[in-house]
Amino acid sequence: MTLREIQASLSGELLTPGVNLDIECPKLFASDLMSDVLAFIQPGSVLITGLANAHVVRTSVLVNVKAVIIVQGKRPDVTVIDEARENNLPVISTRCSMFDACSRISRFLPEENR
Amino acid sequence: MTERVAFRQGFPVSGGDYLHAGQASVKIKNLLRELGLKDDVVLRAAIVSYEAEMNIIMYASQGRLELAVAPHRILIVGEDSGPGIEDIELAMREGYSTATPEMRELGFGAGMGLPNIKKNADDFRIQSEPGRGTRLEMTIRTNGRDA
Repeated sequence: MTLREIQASLSGELLTPGVNLDIECPKLFASDLMSDVLAFIQPGSVLITGLANAHVVRTSVLVNVKAVIIVQGKRPDVTVIDEARENNLPVISTRCSMFDACSRISRFLPEENR
Repeated sequence: MTERVAFRQGFPVSGGDYLHAGQASVKIKNLLRELGLKDDVVLRAAIVSYEAEMNIIMYASQGRLELAVAPHRILIVGEDSGPGIEDIELAMREGYSTATPEMRELGFGAGMGLPNIKKNADDFRIQSEPGRGTRLEMTIRTNGRDA
């Protein structure tokens, strides 16, 4: 599953143009708690979250998150998007709810990864 | 750290400065990466640094992170002049938290900070005195855990 496929399945808007969307994204992690992201995420995961602040970007950069999906149509401030771009971190915004986003993405995943 | 230190740098951290929270740890991570250390080592150092930095920002008025790199180990010290920790054993328990609603709205304060430092550091020492402050010493071996 590539980031491009994830974006398409969520009808997502890429907020950081110019990044490579053809990267493989086999691991996903959904949480609004950055504490949990720091404690439990596997490096190289895509983060699905309802938070849209600078801490999402900084936490993601620190734990090697591959891309951030922000749900409920939220859009981070431009300074947050700039910080993501400086760190080559793709950020996609989708109108899907957290549950809907996870549900749509999970259809791409092989049984053993669910 | 008795080993010869090849690199040392301090980073002031201001309590309550959520706007810049995490920036010192991003710098530490980038420095360690530039030094050519293993990905796993850099990741664990970044996590313990960030947890310590967030604790200073959330609970103290003033503090600092200090990074020292020696050939076989990285030492990160987080020191603050905050309120200190009354019961360290309780604070080390996963899920125990004294965070405010503001901290939780930002995605922190889930009571995972100190346990997560313990999980990621190869050696973790904590000293705290109520009313005076807290000092965290976190060591990570540069040869990683699978060596």
